Amino acid sequence: MSVKGAELELKSLPRVSARRRMADRTVQSLVYAAFVIAIIPLVSVLWMVVTRGMERLDLDFLTFSMNGLSSSDEGGGANHAIVGTLQQVGLTAVMAVPLGILTGVYLVEYGGNSRLARVITFFVDVMTGIPSIVAGLFILAFWLLALGFEYSGFAGALALAILMMPTVVRATEEMLKLVPNDLREASYALGVPRWRTICFVVLPTALTGIVTGVMLAVARVMGETAPLLLLVFITDAINSNPFEGPQGSLPTFIWYQAGDPNPQAIERAWAAALTLILIIMLLNLGARLLARLRKPVSR
Amino acid sequence: MAKRIEISGLHAYYGAVHAIEDISMTVEPRSVTAFIGPSGCGKSTFLRTLNRMHEVIPGARVEGKVMLDDEDLYGSDVDPVAVRRVVGMVFQRPNPFPTMSIYDNVAAGLKLNGVRRKSQLDEIVERSLKGANLWNEVKDRLSRPGAGLSGGQQQRLCIARAIAVQPQVLLMDEPCSALDPISTLAIEDLIAELKSQYTIVIVTHNMQQAARVSDRTAFFNIAGTGKPGKLIEIDDTSKIFTNPSEKATEDYITGRFG
Repeated sequence: MSVKGAELELKSLPRVSARRRMADRTVQSLVYAAFVIAIIPLVSVLWMVVTRGMERLDLDFLTFSMNGLSSSDEGGGANHAIVGTLQQVGLTAVMAVPLGILTGVYLVEYGGNSRLARVITFFVDVMTGIPSIVAGLFILAFWLLALGFEYSGFAGALALAILMMPTVVRATEEMLKLVPNDLREASYALGVPRWRTICFVVLPTALTGIVTGVMLAVARVMGETAPLLLLVFITDAINSNPFEGPQGSLPTFIWYQAGDPNPQAIERAWAAALTLILIIMLLNLGARLLARLRKPVSR
Repeated sequence: MAKRIEISGLHAYYGAVHAIEDISMTVEPRSVTAFIGPSGCGKSTFLRTLNRMHEVIPGARVEGKVMLDDEDLYGSDVDPVAVRRVVGMVFQRPNPFPTMSIYDNVAAGLKLNGVRRKSQLDEIVERSLKGANLWNEVKDRLSRPGAGLSGGQQQRLCIARAIAVQPQVLLMDEPCSALDPISTLAIEDLIAELKSQYTIVIVTHNMQQAARVSDRTAFFNIAGTGKPGKLIEIDDTSKIFTNPSEKATEDYITGRFG
């Protein structure tokens, strides 16, 4: 051993050994392989939805409902479902986003290590894991059966809000934790009260991250089907009042059309799936643009 | 505008840790007072008690009296937020608000406290940036982000931000330790100008800097790890650096300290 060591010292800088080169190559190819395997389902899903969906996605599809059409008929559209989804998710966001952001602000800025903060964190964690059907059943038992309300888009939005809130809380919490304490102190040192510091220094700094988190939460609830089947039911006609009667929605539309053996219905299901993806993408782009507009131009 | 600070019997704690012990001193108005001493001796903690920033840290508390002219900063009905408007602070690392432009950074303290008149803001922003010797460098790009400036410019931006709310006292916690010598010189020149209007307290690890910029110097020390920091002596800077009364001060200044 000592002889070997001495030998090494005498020679010039040693080359990378064959073993290390092998290990480097192996790990590198493993990483690339993992990346490719992960991307295959993503790309193939997108490809499938885009190619199949494009066949029926046209102006008719976006502007007509299924009112008076049977599933074997050509034509028809998802307008009633688009209206329903936008209203339901809109109502959900109106309820869940302010609640979620305020909870996140409380946890990071005020709660500290208090018992209340720990309890809230625990329940938010539990809520993150609630299956959507359970949230649906809860609102069904509470809102429809106990309180006696009818099927409505709003009932669905209540269940979706339960699913969305923990995601928003989590995203807000993580982003606020990333805001350096220096900035809070700089603001306090200017004689700015705490709540103003939070509103005008801390939240704007974390804004981009919070917006991303909210959009992820919106995308998640937009595809939920189970609670809507329980609470909003299905209709083929346009119902633009989310507070009364059954409404259409894209996930339930897809579910209903895809379960039908007629090829016309299957086509509509693909087109609706593509519409759903497009809506989420547009919302995402819009939100990012808004978040960017609020920042000072950097060049 | 500048006010005298009289501190008597001041103790500061972090939870159960006794950070500084029984400090009494007077900080003269329209002058620069430097705090020197080894790391961990409580200089920064003491500085932060002077505008009630110490208590921002959970579990931290202060005992004793800090009189700003004839008002006790720790009086029972004193609002810490109001104290910080009168006693401004510049931090070790430049910390401009990243979402705000240069203009908004300087105007932040005013805007967040309800000043909305554009003409008034314009005037104060220009005066503060001029006061911080930054106006000529940034006057053509006031709407650019403050974080895009160099480190030295950012620190001067933070000074402009601090003086925009027109405090009586300016606390500086090692304002040059993250800066290059040129930027340091710019800040030191600025301190020399500002002292005609403000009471300035500066913490520094750089003894040449203390000797250059300050009128009076306070030396802090700790007896050992875990013990609270103490004020050893405070005197005219020339006296501290040539003929200090305490042996510990002389040892530290001549480098015979650890």
